[in-house]
Amino acid sequence: MAGLRRFPPYLREMQEEIEGHARAYGLDFFPIIYEVLDYKTMNEVAAYGGFPTRYPHWRFGMDYEQLAKGYEWGLQKIYEMVINTNPAYAYLLEGNSLVDQKTVMGHVCAHVDFFKNNYYFSKTNRKMIDGMANHAALVRRHMARHGQDVVEDFIDTCLTLENLVDPMSPYITRVPTPRDEDAEDGDGGDDVPRLRAKQYMDKFINPPEYLEAQRKKKDEEKKKQRRRFPEEPQRDVLQFLIHNAPIDSWQRDILEIVRNEAYYFAPQAMTKIMNEGWATYWHSTIMTQRAATAAEIIDYADATAGVLATAPGRLNPYKLGIELFRYIESRWNKGQFGKEWDECDSLDAKRDWDRRLGLGRSKIFEVRRLHNDVTFLDEYFTLEFCIEQKFYSFGFSERSGNWEIQSREFKKVKDQMLRMLTNRGQPFIYVDDANLENRSELLLRHAHDGTDLDLGQAKDTLRALYKVWTRPVSLLTRVEGKGKMYRCDDGNITEKSAEFPA
Amino acid sequence: MSQRIDLDHGRFRQIIRGKIKQNLRKYISQGEMIARKGKDTVSIPLPQVDLPRFKWGDKQSGGVGQGDGQPGDALGQGQEKPGQGEAGDRPGEHMVELEVSLAELAEIMGEELELPRIQPKGTEKIIAWKDKFTGVRTTGPESLRHFRRTFRQALRRQLSLGTYDPKNPVIVPIRDDKRYRSWKSEPLPQSNAVIIYMMDVSGSMGDEQKEIVRIESFWIDTWLRSQYHGIESRYIIHDAMAKEVDRDTFFRTRESGGTMISSAYKLCAKMIEDEYPAELWNIYPFHFSDGDNWSIDDTHACVELLKHKILPAVNLFAYGQVESPYGSGQFIKDLSEHFDEDERVVTSEIKGKDAIMDSIKEFLGKGR
Repeated sequence: MAGLRRFPPYLREMQEEIEGHARAYGLDFFPIIYEVLDYKTMNEVAAYGGFPTRYPHWRFGMDYEQLAKGYEWGLQKIYEMVINTNPAYAYLLEGNSLVDQKTVMGHVCAHVDFFKNNYYFSKTNRKMIDGMANHAALVRRHMARHGQDVVEDFIDTCLTLENLVDPMSPYITRVPTPRDEDAEDGDGGDDVPRLRAKQYMDKFINPPEYLEAQRKKKDEEKKKQRRRFPEEPQRDVLQFLIHNAPIDSWQRDILEIVRNEAYYFAPQAMTKIMNEGWATYWHSTIMTQRAATAAEIIDYADATAGVLATAPGRLNPYKLGIELFRYIESRWNKGQFGKEWDECDSLDAKRDWDRRLGLGRSKIFEVRRLHNDVTFLDEYFTLEFCIEQKFYSFGFSERSGNWEIQSREFKKVKDQMLRMLTNRGQPFIYVDDANLENRSELLLRHAHDGTDLDLGQAKDTLRALYKVWTRPVSLLTRVEGKGKMYRCDDGNITEKSAEFPA
Repeated sequence: MSQRIDLDHGRFRQIIRGKIKQNLRKYISQGEMIARKGKDTVSIPLPQVDLPRFKWGDKQSGGVGQGDGQPGDALGQGQEKPGQGEAGDRPGEHMVELEVSLAELAEIMGEELELPRIQPKGTEKIIAWKDKFTGVRTTGPESLRHFRRTFRQALRRQLSLGTYDPKNPVIVPIRDDKRYRSWKSEPLPQSNAVIIYMMDVSGSMGDEQKEIVRIESFWIDTWLRSQYHGIESRYIIHDAMAKEVDRDTFFRTRESGGTMISSAYKLCAKMIEDEYPAELWNIYPFHFSDGDNWSIDDTHACVELLKHKILPAVNLFAYGQVESPYGSGQFIKDLSEHFDEDERVVTSEIKGKDAIMDSIKEFLGKGR
């Protein structure tokens, strides 16, 4: 690899030392392979999401340019990167001070421990380096055959739909609702029941007009009962398209690749706060208790203070994560949990509550195994924590034209926080009907949860979707409280009001 | 060092170029690039290049932060959302500033306007010699002795004479072994070019007219700079009198006098005669005016000056007539009457900012 430096012996010694400390604390990680990169290669690898080979696409070039500029202007610097594979690959920036490298190694150990043990990573492909390389090879082959522009353009289209997946699906077996098979087979012919009558009386007992009316009624009922497709709204829009869109097999390959990579990266978005908090907790524990020498401690503290800095209107996942882990540890050390704790309403008693249980460490290990960001915060983000850490919710004020602090009320802050994290801060979009009005048009439904969609982008996304579905596609959503249906037919978007089921 | 990212980065730059090209007319007529000019680059604001998504609209989404402050306190000014609250780390999606070098910009403009490359005229002026080490020779000053070659030669000699002893590998160069670096002086040919901008600053040229001239001269500059190394620009303003000024003054001055175009042409002709011998220089006089000249006599004088003094020396004489509510716009007719056949004269009427691009194409489309 260009820019790759041989892993020098002093770093190897350092790695052994840090990993020794980490193991002694109970961290359990895959073997870690470090590579030392110069900043250019670091930016390159970062643009590729940490992987040495990705399929060709301009977006990586764009990310690279942004990273490179950020570095050149001194705005940002990537200290470290680690990917979720077994063995795990981690990258160190050449020229970082030894203290930094030590800190980074502690950080990386904890990340890899998290990858290995957190439930939400349990379904990820640990051989993803190969996976990515295979994707790249396949895309290159398709590009050679169908032309780079065509394929790249289709990748653009797929990436536009990239977030329309169901990140929880790997952990749940979604049982298809049992079909009522009998309903259809049961009635055999389409005749309506008649009363028995002698032939000459039949016309009177079963009048033809009545029979006709009955038949019509039945037909209508049948139409109503006609099976929807899909039967249940589907969240995994990509999967639905892979199975049902009329596209070429190479396009199906691309869709599958994009979907596969989206699922690979999903747990990282789902556990960002925990993952960074966990890693920061451990590098700080390892450094301050074991690894840092007296001469190094100031530099270490300076760097870590930078990592944990907060800015107005910005939620620093490192800061929130580490503080929450520390808070949990302290609560379980002091026995501040359980029925008694919950039912205690004396502030004084709560303040001085200390049962000296010392369960903190084992509790946070349990938390890192079981939770994702949403459940982590739902469970442990308490009133005390919220006040102590000075959290607030903010929003846009039309009145002043500024983003403003809105509230410090615990419930509001927590609601806002959870809403932001649910579904990785993205709207829920379902495939509702693939045969809208019996014209094989696709209908998506936005499960509106109080926030409108960015309409400009939504329209562009519909255009992209049209390219895949090749028949008109519609989106049902709510805008400023009113139901709206946007329909895209060959790039033209029409808008009409529609009923939006609550 | 070539990197894997180069291909993807190249694709990205290509897309950017495409976007710039698409919007070139807008950029040109708005003149916003000039304000963003750095030394060799301009930064261009582009609408997001990122891919669209189903995502929440900004205004209603809000977020959670940490720190001091009372409800109602602002988190920094303006419309932009403060740091993305989500755990995701996609870069913000708004306008992106992209740096493009002037050379690249000229290339994009060249492609879009289908401008031909300019064939520099005359012999290229030799302005410098450059010494370059090109090989070795057996004589030369000791300071240029090529150490390795010398010893290699000595080793070769000792081996062939059989005096080399691997157990005691001593190599002693003698005089014949010595090798010296040799050099060659290479001429650095360079064709030089000068742009002489002339502008009518009489009362009838208003701010809007000047703005048009400013924008147009920026693009002409950019293009010609991409075609020549070391281009010079000179600026002449005139009303009834002409004088040379610096760039800033050129665009700022506003006089109120009458207009005698010949005064500017006289100065221009003198400048060419004194400083830019025609055989060595590619000369580009550009004259902008609202086309209102003092008298027919003066116009006649201009035609004479052009015919005998200026045109023989220049690559191209360009006259841009900016429409103004006061000017009669007669001058362009007079010029085309006299020089309709002449390849070296280009005239263009610039009706407004939107016409700048077409005018540039008229000026530079001849490839002279």
